[in-house]
Amino acid sequence: MSEVLMEVKHLKKYFNTPKGMLHAVDDVTFSIGKGKTMGVVGESGCGKSTLGRTLIHLYESTDGQILFDGEDITHVTKHKMHELRERMQIIFQDPFSSLNPRMTVEETIREPLELCRRFKKNQIQEEAEKIMEMVGIDDRLRYAYPHELDGGRRQRVGIGRALALNPAFVVCDEPVSALDVSIQAQVLNLLQDLQEKSGVTYMFVTHDLSVVKHISDNICVMYLGQLVETTTSKELFANPLHPYTRALLSAIPSVDIHRKKERVILQGEIVSPVEPKPGCRFAARCPYATDRCREPQQLREIAKDHFVSCCRAEEVWE
Amino acid sequence: MTDSMAVAKGATMERKKKESQFSLVMKRLAKNRLAMAGLCITLLLFLLALLSPVIMPYAYDELNMIDRFAKPSLRHLCGADEMGRDIFSRLLYGARWSLALGFLATIISTAIGMVIGSVVGYFGGTVDTVVMRFIDILQAIPGILLAIAISACLGSGFANTIIALSIGGIPMTVRLLRGSIMGVRKMEYLEAAQTINCSVPRLIVRHILPNSISPIIVSVTMGIGNTILMAASLSYIGLGVQPPTPEWGAMLSAGRTYMRDYPHMVLFPGIAIALVVLSLNMLGDGLRDAMDPKLKK
Repeated sequence: MSEVLMEVKHLKKYFNTPKGMLHAVDDVTFSIGKGKTMGVVGESGCGKSTLGRTLIHLYESTDGQILFDGEDITHVTKHKMHELRERMQIIFQDPFSSLNPRMTVEETIREPLELCRRFKKNQIQEEAEKIMEMVGIDDRLRYAYPHELDGGRRQRVGIGRALALNPAFVVCDEPVSALDVSIQAQVLNLLQDLQEKSGVTYMFVTHDLSVVKHISDNICVMYLGQLVETTTSKELFANPLHPYTRALLSAIPSVDIHRKKERVILQGEIVSPVEPKPGCRFAARCPYATDRCREPQQLREIAKDHFVSCCRAEEVWE
Repeated sequence: MTDSMAVAKGATMERKKKESQFSLVMKRLAKNRLAMAGLCITLLLFLLALLSPVIMPYAYDELNMIDRFAKPSLRHLCGADEMGRDIFSRLLYGARWSLALGFLATIISTAIGMVIGSVVGYFGGTVDTVVMRFIDILQAIPGILLAIAISACLGSGFANTIIALSIGGIPMTVRLLRGSIMGVRKMEYLEAAQTINCSVPRLIVRHILPNSISPIIVSVTMGIGNTILMAASLSYIGLGVQPPTPEWGAMLSAGRTYMRDYPHMVLFPGIAIALVVLSLNMLGDGLRDAMDPKLKK
């Protein structure tokens, strides 16, 4: 594996709720190579977004370690945080709530430039124009307000704001799921072009499997806060090992009517992430579950670069 | 083709020049006739108050026993009161006191309320709980009673009346702003601002307040009328602005005794107060709309 930019070890993020501790992210370990895209998939509420936000310190982690460019950034001073935030950014899911409705396109894009003190006053305007061109916002829209733009353009503004300071790492929190399909492709291509140009590293959170297949180098599959499987994008789609991944992939609709895919239909209830029992959280719905699954699972490397946290992965493989 | 595109690009750029937020708001406000009427009336009242010494046909405290309770006529445009003072002159001169009281007290209470409200709304949690309980205590006492209590402590007079009236107005502003901020608090653009190192004061001033201030603007314009009425009640029981200062509310209260036989004594001060409240409400509604970029067209 090439140089690692972001490494996460046993990261935990619990929320205190009236019902008890909600284990939103539970013991997640993975790493992302420089300039690569890590896709994070899973169903709604499995902690994908929380994971992304914890990485860039929008949430304080409960336990575990975050290494950014070889440096431990789990707990940092305020001063250090300022520095880090210029190098880590986020693109939000909902382009309607991620832009301030009272600020014009230009003001939104200028703001990070004004706040970073990297540029002189007269450079800011120039820089802002460069960014608008880079993300493909037409010049005549610079004084437009967000409500005057369509979803795709708004998302471009959001991308412009995130990439304004040329960050090394960007969390894309479902950046295309609120857009319609034709716009999705545009935005995805834009993200990929920008990555080619600047070598930025993405963590791409989504529940859309076709999107993740298209854009990711590596993929993590999450289920209720736990990382169940992580490997390269190719390997995952060719050879899913965890029973949950298999069920997930079988849900992708196929256009090939002659090769009927076998659809894995899951039975049972999703267990609550509040004060969960130890062991595999998928066990309650897993067709392969045995008593061993109720014990804590280890993330094991079963094939090269292919990690699965299932004690029966080998048996499932056969 | 590239040439024509470049030309078109240049043309659109020139057409849409950068305008400041303020001038945009003003432009939109100018299109709203009702709001402009409100603004004109308010400005006119201010002008009359300022020019009152020049316009007044009589001095505000000139007694004229022959004209006691005179009905409105050319001699006394709005009639005269129980001591024969010209009501029209008193209204003009009293506009100074009433408008100053209403505006100053409301602006002070709104300013304080906004600071507390934004801090409480932004930080939430324990700060919110503690401060809001104090606000509850303040609000549990009826506004007029609170004002009476405070001005009884401080004594009567113009400045003390302003203090007494502004403290009573704080809880409402705090509640309004807090509620409004809590609605904005969950928006993702605040998280976005956080990730670009936006400081807390800047976050509040630049991102939160512009999106939560519209109910405050309406409440300010309504509040001014209310404050003028409260000031009147204070004057009535001898705690507000003291006679012979012709404060509108005080005139209204004084005329109440003679209302059946000489309705003009309450009618004209009443109209004056109603006019201020109405014009301010129209202006406030217009301002709220003008400040919302979504209602641009």
